[in-house]
Amino acid sequence: MEVTTKSMPYEAWKDNEYIEKLVNELKESGTNVIVGQLDKLINWGRSNSIWPLTFATSCCGIEFVSLGAARFDMARFGWEVARASPRQADFMMVAGTIVNRMVPVFRRLYDQLAEPKYVIACGSCAISGGPFRKSYHVAKGIEEIVPVDVFVPGCPPRPEAMIYGIMQLSRKIKVEKFFGGVNRQEKQQEFLDSHPVSGVND
Amino acid sequence: MANIQEKIAKLYPSASVEQADTLTITVDDAQWHALAQTLRDECSMDYLVTIVGMDWKESLGCIYYLMSSKTNEIVAVKVSTTDRERPMLHSVADLWRVACLYEREVYDFYGIIFIGNPDMRRLFLNIDWKGFPLRKDYDEDPALNPVSIENERQTDLTDTWVEEADGKVVKKEVEVFSPEDFVVNIGPQHPATHGVLRFRTAVDGEEIKKIDVYMGYIHRGVEKLCESLTYPQTLHYMDRLDYFSAHNYHHGLCLLYERAAGIEISRRAQVIRVMMDELSRIASHCLFIGTYCMDLGATTMLFYTLRVREQILDIMEKTCGARMTFNYDCIGGVMQDLAPDFVKDVHALLDVLPANIKEYNKIFTGNVIARHRMEGVGVLSREDAISYAVTGPSGRASGWACDMRKLKPYSIYSELDFNEVIAEEGDSMARFKVRLLEIEESAKILAQLVDNIPEGEYCVKVPKVLKIPAGQYFEIVEGCRGAFALYLESDGTTKPYRLKIAPPCLPLAGVVDHITRGTKIADLITIGGSLDYIVPDMDR
Repeated sequence: MEVTTKSMPYEAWKDNEYIEKLVNELKESGTNVIVGQLDKLINWGRSNSIWPLTFATSCCGIEFVSLGAARFDMARFGWEVARASPRQADFMMVAGTIVNRMVPVFRRLYDQLAEPKYVIACGSCAISGGPFRKSYHVAKGIEEIVPVDVFVPGCPPRPEAMIYGIMQLSRKIKVEKFFGGVNRQEKQQEFLDSHPVSGVND
Repeated sequence: MANIQEKIAKLYPSASVEQADTLTITVDDAQWHALAQTLRDECSMDYLVTIVGMDWKESLGCIYYLMSSKTNEIVAVKVSTTDRERPMLHSVADLWRVACLYEREVYDFYGIIFIGNPDMRRLFLNIDWKGFPLRKDYDEDPALNPVSIENERQTDLTDTWVEEADGKVVKKEVEVFSPEDFVVNIGPQHPATHGVLRFRTAVDGEEIKKIDVYMGYIHRGVEKLCESLTYPQTLHYMDRLDYFSAHNYHHGLCLLYERAAGIEISRRAQVIRVMMDELSRIASHCLFIGTYCMDLGATTMLFYTLRVREQILDIMEKTCGARMTFNYDCIGGVMQDLAPDFVKDVHALLDVLPANIKEYNKIFTGNVIARHRMEGVGVLSREDAISYAVTGPSGRASGWACDMRKLKPYSIYSELDFNEVIAEEGDSMARFKVRLLEIEESAKILAQLVDNIPEGEYCVKVPKVLKIPAGQYFEIVEGCRGAFALYLESDGTTKPYRLKIAPPCLPLAGVVDHITRGTKIADLITIGGSLDYIVPDMDR
């Protein structure tokens, strides 16, 4: 099965291995025809209207603004409905450095996102701490705080790179299972169990 | 200058005065407050540029940089204490309003307690942070201050140290908010705070009683990082403070290093730098107009203004190879020569700019809703602007001529013909209009230079390993949002001993409480937007 999105030819993707791995996982777990078709329909809907949370801490956020404006125009792909409230958003583009003081806030924002939720680590700061890695007050990558779906490298990444990153996410959503075990979300549950926060369910 | 020296020598014989990079006065802590009063009232040193916290290993202290709004002279005052356990200095928060914030910053980084400062909390780091990170003996062990996903502790109380009549200093607890106050939390995740800034706002009905600003949600410790990097390596952080003023900040730091190391750069490099600065200014103000209008509900403006911004980014991309973090100015000149299309592209930009500005005015400036939301909202007087050190377009909108390109002309600015845009109203509308007019002034500068870029080398040869002679150096330039000051203390090695970055946005956030008192809570967004602060710039 060739998973692609937005009429992009399958060969044009740079990294098909991981998506093939996900497809194999999906095939191995098996499902009946009706549920499979329903899954497909739901995923088609979801993958074409992923709404971002307006969340930016530094430079990358400005490129995200450019992404929303006329030139790069993310409205072409159905991502333009940037929500200020995490309750209404589907994914979080972590654009900028996450520092110690921001970590609890950031984690709470993630917890507030409604399911299904996704995270894109955008820019080298979010991936590893970037140029500030050696600082006393910077989290060394957000992967220790929330589960990440897509990494977009760059300092800051160009809007084209961000488009590619969100398209990768959209591809990933296409191979999810809605009914019973979801490839990605099993991983997420594991992650959340190993990184508990007290007081969230109170 | 001479009369300041004479006056100080007469009134404070124990203070030593030396003329180095800047006129530097060294004074005892006991006399500091009186000296500060004299400097402010009699020498018209009414603008506190920055307080540089210092750790000289055997002593801790501060260097206060003061500037006169009348004569444009700069004076530095050095005050120190040898007590490392409980270092204390006298506060000047009662003389310059911005000092309260600056002293909190020094306390946060060095642990120096300021006697008389009404609010001695940490500024950037959380309340339970262990150690003072910019001290030379700071323990960077991550186990001491781990990255925690638990919420930080919070309190409505703050400490203040008061000197009693017998000279004993006692600690007192003061309330920031009383239990009766109705406190609304705004931020750090809020689309209108322009980044991760947090306001705790006490409201009475719809009226704002007090705002307590929390910063540090993007404090990345740039100053400490710079101390472990060589001089050329420190440059790239300037791109990531105020990312709209990347060129201007780079320019400032390069000027500082070049002056300290005695490097003369070519005329071509100077012209290129100034052109890049002004292009950044146009791009920055365009984005300001777009996001500000969006804050006020006029989303479409963003698309109009970003059109010009993208055009400028294209020009920069061709020459610098990046859209945002350019890393273009380097010690000795600039990294690359101009792209072949540069002149043509700048002409194309200058051709479309007037029509665009006309369009912005047509769509927004005269709009009756916009006028009602901006006119008379958030008025800042000239005296307060100086006392709160609100520089840049926001300061100029209050009638304070604070453009460093005019006051302390650097590079080739003294040869250029441009006006300093000044408004008298001091309200949000004035701040908006000043920026619009500054775009025209920047275009004027570009028009003067674009056809006169001299031939020559774009970067002079500098030593591969750059060492700067021991000493103190100070530089101040105009960023897109105000005066950007830099202080360098060198010990003669390849790395800075201390590099203090004094960004324009920190005072801008500090003045929010003052401006918004008594206004409606809905106006907070208007006022905050019109000040146009960039949070990574204030937090560093």
